[in-house]
Amino acid sequence: MNSAAELAALPTVLTAVFLVSGAAITLIGSLGLLRLHSFYERVHAPTLGTTLGTTFIAIASMIYFSALGKRPVLHELLIIFLVVTTTPIGLMILVNAALVRDKFESDGASRRKARDEHPDVL
Amino acid sequence: MRRLVPFPVLSVSLLGFWLLLNQTLSPGHILLGGVVALIGGWALAALKPPKARPRRLDRILLLAVLIFVDIVKSNIAVARIILGAKRKERTAGFMKIPLLLRDPYGLAALACIITSTPGTLWVDFNEASGILTIHVLDLTEEAGWVDLIKGRYERRLMEIFT
Amino acid sequence: MSTMLAWSVTTAQILLGCAMACATFRLLRGPRAQDRVVGFDSLYVNAMLLLLASGIRTGSTLYFEAALIIALLGFVSTVALAKFLLRGEVIE
Repeated sequence: MNSAAELAALPTVLTAVFLVSGAAITLIGSLGLLRLHSFYERVHAPTLGTTLGTTFIAIASMIYFSALGKRPVLHELLIIFLVVTTTPIGLMILVNAALVRDKFESDGASRRKARDEHPDVL
Repeated sequence: MRRLVPFPVLSVSLLGFWLLLNQTLSPGHILLGGVVALIGGWALAALKPPKARPRRLDRILLLAVLIFVDIVKSNIAVARIILGAKRKERTAGFMKIPLLLRDPYGLAALACIITSTPGTLWVDFNEASGILTIHVLDLTEEAGWVDLIKGRYERRLMEIFT
Repeated sequence: MSTMLAWSVTTAQILLGCAMACATFRLLRGPRAQDRVVGFDSLYVNAMLLLLASGIRTGSTLYFEAALIIALLGFVSTVALAKFLLRGEVIE
């Protein structure tokens, strides 16, 4: 905390810019969860935070700790790698699950409707 | 050598991860990471995955740069859609694209590329007919999306995974 | 820590807090189970980014490890939840 006082100007500015822009992109992505109107539209929203949002904040963290420790600190690359490779997998399984559930529900609804209209057949 | 290190790329990346995680290049950690990398390679060999033969490192790097540019572009496009008030001009929906790519690793890479790009989402791939279903947030020009996926990604992935 | 950096970290933390609130709203409100899982997915990513920002505030790398663990466990739980929605059981 005390050693941060003598941080040079350039890393400070870069950290601040990357940090705030990353957070803003993530917020826009999460706002999409509120503003978009159907499930399949909303699935697109988190990908803003997991691609550019995560990358920018991780870069800010790398710049800051590298300047603070006066040696390259690169382990935030692991977070970028993990998040970028894992989120698509989760979202794909989730979309498949939503499709299956939608199909199941519409099948159930049509079956109920048929039963209501022709109670003697079923 | 083949038996000792069945998956050299995987082993080298595991060693790289280990060194990144520990923030060091000391010989002790290189040794420890090497052991982890060897065991990881053997564990994967026990699962007997189908062989992947990615070729042409230059093409892979070029594709990575292209993907990064596309991700930045579509981030801006999706942010504009979310913040914009006019949502009547936009229709979201599913679309179908016939693919020629059959390599399982190529398809997996394409799935990750499409899903992690904001605005497009991999939904389903029918292996028998080779038809890919994707969900697009902004479906104003369908031909543009077909161009993007077939011309930009599929062609390059077919070059990499022959 | 210079005032500019302190302000930018505070701004980023507030923005990420709002993002977490949006995700929590979707998590609580639904309307359907898959909407809640999307909200959860977004929530853990935002929490992880908030931890990284907190790490910059305190100058401690301990937060990085917490963020890494959240990223790993969040992925596993999203997949488990999605798998549960798909089949009604996690392990077949």
